[in-house]
Amino acid sequence: MSSTLTVPAAQAALDAWTREMVAWHFSPATGCDYWLSWAKTAGWDPVKEITCFADMAKFEAFDDEVLRKEQPERFVPKAYAGRPYNIFETGGTTGMPKQRIGWDDYKVDYEEFSDHYGPDFFPKGTNWLMVGPTGPRRLRLAIEHLANHRGGSCYFVDLDPRWVKRLIGMGEIAMARKYQEHVIDQAATIIRHRNITCMFTTPRLLENLAERMSLVKAGIKAVFAGGTTMTPQYVRFVVEEVLEGKINFAPTYGNTLMGLAISRKLKPEDNYSLTYYSPQPRAVLRIVNPDKPSELMPYGAYGRVELTTMTREFFVPRFLERDEAIRRPPCDEFPWDGVGDVRPFQSLTKTIIEGVY
Amino acid sequence: MKDTLHIPSLRLGQPYRSLDTLKFSLGEQTLEVSVANSGLIRRDLQHLSRVVERLHEYPCETLVGYCEKAAELFLHGDLPWGDGDRLQSPADYVAALSQLTGLPHTLGRLNMGKVHAAMSNIRAVLTGLTRGLPLELFDRGFVRRDGLDVNFFPQTNSLGVLLPSNSPGVNSLWLPALVMKVPVVLKPGREDPLTPFRIIQAMIAAGFPREAFSFYSTTHDGGDTLLFGTGRAIAFGNDTTLKKYEPYRHIQVHGSGRSKVLIGDDFIDDWARHLDVVVQSIAANGGRSCINASSLLVSRHRDAIGDALARRLAAIEPLPRTHPDALLCGFANPAMARGIDERIEELLRVPGAQDLTARYRQGPRLVERYGQTFLQPTLIACDDLEHPLANTEFMFPFASLLQVPQPRMIGTIGDSLVVSAFTNDRAWGDQLMMSTNIERLNLGPYPTTRVQWEQPHEGNLFEFLYRRRALQGDLAAVV
Repeated sequence: MSSTLTVPAAQAALDAWTREMVAWHFSPATGCDYWLSWAKTAGWDPVKEITCFADMAKFEAFDDEVLRKEQPERFVPKAYAGRPYNIFETGGTTGMPKQRIGWDDYKVDYEEFSDHYGPDFFPKGTNWLMVGPTGPRRLRLAIEHLANHRGGSCYFVDLDPRWVKRLIGMGEIAMARKYQEHVIDQAATIIRHRNITCMFTTPRLLENLAERMSLVKAGIKAVFAGGTTMTPQYVRFVVEEVLEGKINFAPTYGNTLMGLAISRKLKPEDNYSLTYYSPQPRAVLRIVNPDKPSELMPYGAYGRVELTTMTREFFVPRFLERDEAIRRPPCDEFPWDGVGDVRPFQSLTKTIIEGVY
Repeated sequence: MKDTLHIPSLRLGQPYRSLDTLKFSLGEQTLEVSVANSGLIRRDLQHLSRVVERLHEYPCETLVGYCEKAAELFLHGDLPWGDGDRLQSPADYVAALSQLTGLPHTLGRLNMGKVHAAMSNIRAVLTGLTRGLPLELFDRGFVRRDGLDVNFFPQTNSLGVLLPSNSPGVNSLWLPALVMKVPVVLKPGREDPLTPFRIIQAMIAAGFPREAFSFYSTTHDGGDTLLFGTGRAIAFGNDTTLKKYEPYRHIQVHGSGRSKVLIGDDFIDDWARHLDVVVQSIAANGGRSCINASSLLVSRHRDAIGDALARRLAAIEPLPRTHPDALLCGFANPAMARGIDERIEELLRVPGAQDLTARYRQGPRLVERYGQTFLQPTLIACDDLEHPLANTEFMFPFASLLQVPQPRMIGTIGDSLVVSAFTNDRAWGDQLMMSTNIERLNLGPYPTTRVQWEQPHEGNLFEFLYRRRALQGDLAAVV
């Protein structure tokens, strides 16, 4: 389901939501210990000074180290006090992972995702299989919720990306391959013995699975994938060969801090170049000048991805992601800026272990 | 707008235009090279057994004939540039190769000659690899030789090769695989997709089935896919590459050559007569090959030899790429040249080494001339083999010079791809032939770059691809 707003109306809605969320997180009645303490020493009052989203530039870029150092309790908004929360992790290949707490955000995000695709894309009332990182990740609960929300159940095969990255770091290429095979063995077994129609997996695992079997013949109707870079060539390969041009494909860009950004429907003129749109107004993605993050890049240019998350459960202003992307204009489906052809930040100049699972 | 040429991936011989491309400027034209993703390669590799069957439709004798014909087409023919109708003449190839790699036209033509020779001498090459077994071995897996029944079988349905960009001549290494009925899966070096693509086009035009050739310019991940997805693979690289793939016996790594010239006691007083051969060993092919000498070990006269050799090397100066006497190669990546130069300067600060060429060459080692970045030839005298510059190699005419008593030479040179030992001393010759650290041994005053087609270059491709099986019993009924 596309947004019904015009671009100016979406901007107005974002500005109103920004004021509401800033008031929520910086009010002693509803805000959390971390942000209330921060405000005492900030030297300015966000509630007074943030009147629209553009004013968020007054915040410095969020340092995500905070999510490693601070106890999760410090992020519990007063309004949620006493309600047990989920702890979701990201990173953590070595050392302490980053942690985000939450209650219902993932449900809201994935219900919205579900509504965007309508009943036929992921056939309703059918079963799902998730093959990928589960463990302490938000994704695991989110996919199960998505399956349930659409009237189905979800099977799971876990892959521990921390271990894969460690194996590769140690030069244990053969062992990493064996582990990947082990994961694919399990997924193939479930698909052969259970009625699976929809899948979530990472692009790499999807490829590997399709090397074992025709996913079309296995009865898969739709695949939702995310987690690693997908170049236009890669998307084309997945659509034409892995999914044999017959399986619905929903590429997404997301993480624990944001939720998930949906990709707009591919048109022939896109030439398989993906553009993702954040779940605005709850999260906003901007493409900024890497050397001067307060500046937006022009449309069509690569820049660093900046994320602002504003829900009642969680507030992260201006977090600079480890990704870069092309700034793309609003489209029919989403009346706000999108981010295209996402890839790891400075991937053209650095060696990055990516796409390993 | 510039005219664009496009080199596609070849998926079991079928051209495929990727949406990911590498782009190079060829002056008036732009060259686009399709970049394949690793998953695409993995899917293709699943069909290689079918390709082996296709190759087995041809008698080996026929394939040898095709290879000889391909040699002429490669050297003289107009062959497809890429996936369009445009044809590439030999002159087009040499000019484009030079533009992409910095190789002067002279060396481009020299390397063309090497590839041509490897193809036109394919019978001699196979004789050398199989120690004279008849070609029908590759048709039936079986031959009877001097009353002995011999059965060899292929250990793989493909040969994967990660090619370098530094020297087009190395493509001659994989050529015999096709005649041995093993399909090839090639990843070209980033700056030289031209040579393997031209060879493939020549072989297809000569009669080889196109399915036998897979060609993927790809990422590191794609390269690993190729190495681990083929039953036998060859990778070129440095010591890091060697270490990375060392545990995998199906991968043969051609690392640093660290080739050497050793001048024995019986030749050393006559050193001046052999200086040309030493210069050739160090500087032929712009010093880019692993078979270029990177160390000269002498038993006496180090200072006199060093002075004379430094003069000779310093006289080799950068020239325009089209100059008929050009020998030095510009660096396609100037940052690499700067990195090498800085590294040498850093190591020269370790006591015990002296740059003998510095006093004779025009200007510093690193120079910008004719629109290119060059490293000028460098000879470093080292006091002992422990010095970090004593046993290393770089991708330009670079060598260390050491004085080592002859009896200590074999024990101190370490692993060496080629050793040219200037000697007629039989006892020392015996020791050299029994040594375990030399891959190819030239006995006598021959350059390290010398090629004899009946002698395997580095490893034996036949033994890498095929294995002998014990064959006993009632053979008359089946063979």
